[in-house]
Amino acid sequence: MRTMSQKDEIVAVIIEMIGALPQPPAQRATPETNIARDLGLDSLAVMNLVMQLEDRFDVSMPMDRLAEVQTIDDLAVTIADLQGG
Amino acid sequence: MAILDKFKPQQAAYTAMKTTGRDPFSVCFDEVVTPSEAVLKGRRIILLGTNNYLGLTFDRECIQDAVAAVRQAGTGTTGSRIANGTYGDHAQLERRLAAFYGCRSAMVFSTGYQANLGILSTVAGRGDTILIDADSHASIYDGCRLGGAEVIRFRHNDPDDLHRRLRRLGDAPGNRLIVVEGIYSMLGDTAPLTEIAAVKREWGASLLVDEAHSLGVLGETGRGLTEEAGVMDDVDFIVGTFSKSLGAVGGFCVSNLPDFDVLRVVCRPYMFTASLPSAVIASVTRALAHVHERPELRERLSRNAHRLYRGLAAEGFVLGPRVSPIVSIRLPSSEVAIAFWNALLDAGIYLNLALPPATPDNAPLLRSSVSAAHSDDQIDAALEAMVGIGRSLGVIAAPARRARDDQRAGVRLGEATWGQPGHGPARVAVTGS
Repeated sequence: MRTMSQKDEIVAVIIEMIGALPQPPAQRATPETNIARDLGLDSLAVMNLVMQLEDRFDVSMPMDRLAEVQTIDDLAVTIADLQGG
Repeated sequence: MAILDKFKPQQAAYTAMKTTGRDPFSVCFDEVVTPSEAVLKGRRIILLGTNNYLGLTFDRECIQDAVAAVRQAGTGTTGSRIANGTYGDHAQLERRLAAFYGCRSAMVFSTGYQANLGILSTVAGRGDTILIDADSHASIYDGCRLGGAEVIRFRHNDPDDLHRRLRRLGDAPGNRLIVVEGIYSMLGDTAPLTEIAAVKREWGASLLVDEAHSLGVLGETGRGLTEEAGVMDDVDFIVGTFSKSLGAVGGFCVSNLPDFDVLRVVCRPYMFTASLPSAVIASVTRALAHVHERPELRERLSRNAHRLYRGLAAEGFVLGPRVSPIVSIRLPSSEVAIAFWNALLDAGIYLNLALPPATPDNAPLLRSSVSAAHSDDQIDAALEAMVGIGRSLGVIAAPARRARDDQRAGVRLGEATWGQPGHGPARVAVTGS
C-alpha cells in the first residue's frame, strides 16, 4: 500500500479539525471544499482554525500566502511548503 | 456585472440596518456644543462616543492659539513638506513631541492612519517580517499591506504565541518588527507590554507601540502604556494620533533610532500628502502642553471611567477586562445592539455601535468613550438610560431577578465572562482593576 504523502496527511488533519469545530458543517469537507465559501464559517472562525493548524504543524502562515488559499487542498499545500516538505 | 456589484452583500446589510432605525454610521449633528454635548434634530444629547478623552476640543487656549495661527500663516499649507517646505510650527511640534517622550526624533503625519501606513510600510521591507496582534486596528493591517514585508498575526495579547512565532522564524534572514497597541479600541484592554518587551529582547526584534488611545490617558506623565509599563527603553517606535486626547487631527511617530530622519525622504505616506495646516499644529502644540501641565485632566478622566464602568458592572452588564476610558458593553446579537443603540439616542445618549466583523470575538458592542469633560451628572444620566434600556431589552435582569439568577448560577457579583479571540472564555474580575 502506498503511504500517504505529507500533503494528504495534512488534508486529513484539516478535515478532522473542521469536523471537530463547535459548529461543524453539515457535509463532510473534502480537499476541494472552499474554506471561506462552503464551510459556513465567519472570518474570525477561519482565523481561529488557521491558528489551530499553525500550532498543530508548528508553522506561521504569512497573510499574503493565506490570501491565496481557497480550498483545503491549497491550505495543505501551503502548510507542507512552510514545513519545508 | 457593474463595477460596484461586488458590494451587494454589504449594501443589503446596510439597507436592512437603516430600516430598523437611524443610520448609525451617518448621524449628523446640528451642532456640537461642548466636548460632551451636541444638538441632534433640535435636542441636546450627551456625547459618549467621540474619543475626546481629555475634552480639549473647546479648550480656550487651544482655540486662541489656533485662531492666531490661522491669521498669521493662512488656512493651509497647500502641499507636502518635501514640496512646499516645512513651517517653523511643524518643526517646533516635532521637537516638543520628541522632548515629551524623551526621544531623539519625531515625525508628524497628516492623520494617525497615515502615521501607521507610513511607518509600517517603510521601516519593514522585503525580506523582513512584521508580527502583529490579531486585533490590530485597520490602519496597522493597511500599513502592512502597503509594504513588502511578510506579515504574521499572533493571538491577541498572547506573548507566548508571539514567542512561538518568532521561534518558528528561526534564523531566516531579515528583521522582525512586533506591533502592538497601548489600548485596544474596541474593548479598552491593554497589551501585556512588559511580557511583550521581554520576548522582543529575547529575539532581538524591534517593537512598535501604537498609543492612539493611550496618549494622555495612561502613564505617570501621560505618555501612554509604554510609560505605565516602564519599558520606554525597549520600544523602538511609538506611533500616536492628535485626533483623540489632543482634540484635533494628525499623527506622529517618535523614535530613538539615530537614522530615523531618513524616513522623511523614503516614507511615501509622509512625502506625498499635504502637511497639516498651522491652526491644527498650534492647537496640538498647546494640547500637548496641557497633557504635561494638567495631570488633573487625567485624574478626572480616570474617575469618570471608573464611575461608568463600575456602575455598569454592578448592574450585570458584560464589559471589557479592565477599567479604561473605552467602556464597551457586550450584547447577545446585532439586532439587540441596534435596538439598544437607537433607544439610547432617543434617550439623549450618543455612543458607538460596533458590529461584527469589526469586533473581537464577533460580539456586537456598544462602545462608550469617556471624557474628562463629562460631569458626574452626565455619567449618571448615561448609566440610568443604559440600565433602563438594558432591562427592557432583557440584556440585564431586574434587581430581584438578578440576585436569584446569580445565586443559582453561582456567579459572584463583580465578575463577568469575557471571551478573547483565540483564548476561549476567560473569567475576569471587573471590579478593583
